[in-house]
Amino acid sequence: MILMKDVYKTYANGVTALNGVNVKIEQGEFVYIVGPSGAGKSTFVKLMFREEKPSSGQIFINDINLSELKEKKIPYLRRNIGVVFQDFKLLPKLSVYENIAFALEVIEESPRNIRNRVMDVLEVVGLKNKARSIPDELSGGEQQRVSIARAIVNRPKIVIADEPTGNLDPETSLDILKTFESINDSGTTVIMATHSKAIVNRFKKRVIAIEDGVIARDEQRGEYGYEV
Amino acid sequence: MKFRTFLRHVRVGCSNIIRNGWMTVASVGAVTTTLILVAVFLALILNLNEMAKNIEDDVEIQTLIDHTANEKDVQNLGNQIEEINGVDTVFFSSNDDELNKLIEGMGEEGEAWKLLEQDNPLNHAFIVRAKNPQDTEKIADQIKEFDHVEKVVFGQDVVEQLFKFNNYARTIGVVLIVALVFTAIFLISNTIKITIMARSKEIGIMKLVGATNWFIRWPFFIEGMLHGILGSILPITLILVGYHYVEDAIAKQVSFNFVEVIPYSPFAWQLSLLILAIGAIIGIWGSVMSIRKFLKI
Repeated sequence: MILMKDVYKTYANGVTALNGVNVKIEQGEFVYIVGPSGAGKSTFVKLMFREEKPSSGQIFINDINLSELKEKKIPYLRRNIGVVFQDFKLLPKLSVYENIAFALEVIEESPRNIRNRVMDVLEVVGLKNKARSIPDELSGGEQQRVSIARAIVNRPKIVIADEPTGNLDPETSLDILKTFESINDSGTTVIMATHSKAIVNRFKKRVIAIEDGVIARDEQRGEYGYEV
Repeated sequence: MKFRTFLRHVRVGCSNIIRNGWMTVASVGAVTTTLILVAVFLALILNLNEMAKNIEDDVEIQTLIDHTANEKDVQNLGNQIEEINGVDTVFFSSNDDELNKLIEGMGEEGEAWKLLEQDNPLNHAFIVRAKNPQDTEKIADQIKEFDHVEKVVFGQDVVEQLFKFNNYARTIGVVLIVALVFTAIFLISNTIKITIMARSKEIGIMKLVGATNWFIRWPFFIEGMLHGILGSILPITLILVGYHYVEDAIAKQVSFNFVEVIPYSPFAWQLSLLILAIGAIIGIWGSVMSIRKFLKI
């Protein structure tokens, strides 16, 4: 469960990104975060895995109070949250296989488990034949799928995706959304910040709209609600 | 940390050495240059020290006993000298012993002195050594005051000059080595800092995927240590090959018995080991110093 209470975030340069956010997301939900550019979607998402700290207010992830989380414990929080980044954040010198395996090496998995699980997720995202390529040799869509594979490989309770289809053509976007749906079916919470009207309107889920740093709309099976 | 994770860090550290190509070359080059300087200075200073010690150990006071002293006077004088504070050993050397020493010391020319064996004009003597060579002059002054002492000989000026020189050499040597080691650490930490700066994005990514600081640090430690070890290969080769020649050359050129280099074995091996250790330590230290500020994400 994810819980935010009166969360404010002002950056060092004076920009206020979030202006009093209250929200509760239950385990196993699929949530779209929508809203205009610069409305605070990315900040909202980054707060959840402690890439950013709130200026005030409290955030709970599975009963862990992030405001009280010690610096040293942050890695353990992040291991329970798979994050798919808009800019992929792949390690440029490592192969696709090594990039995904890294998330498992960090939790000291056995080499055999690492091999099996990496091959499994490569199957899921359809990149088995690219295991040895380095990120630069892949298309944007393929890199995005590597990023997804890394996010789900250690079977986290929560998967957070910041514009995962932002750079992709519609067909690839659909594939990726289907991947998220199947992860969600297995009980994982999926939180997806997106600009894609097509996806939000086609795969109906809970929609949270953020405008000017506050939640403007929170609907079950909602619409995208903005003109593209 | 599990052992297999440690092996993983070693593997990653090693492959980073290769992946970083020119960065590695720069870093290893910095270590090599510094270690060569450190090795040369260390060898020089340790040898100077050794020579200084040899000279100091050789300093003795020759107390010439006048010809009027009978056996009992000589014995008394011997006892008096032994009681002086700071005296280590007192040997009696008869005038015949003294003449023999003179003849041996002169080599072939010494043969001429053999004529004197019939009617030896030399004095009996006490050969006195101080516990601490620096006390030599003080002891000599006290001996001068005793009865039946004709003359006290200990090469006053030479000894004082030598002590001064030795003290300077040691101080300068230690200061130079410390300065060199710090320069090396600075150079290496700078090189590794550049390496890490180039990889700060990667470190950020690792942290976002849930890596602990230690998990990120270990491969850098190992990489830094390897830079140090790789950087010590050339200096060690130079020591092992070069010292051999230096030892030979000095043995051939110089015949003063106090100018004697420390024997090759085990000195060259010990020095090599020391250089290896210094290399590894500055490598690790350099990486520790430079990685700290990149871990705050």
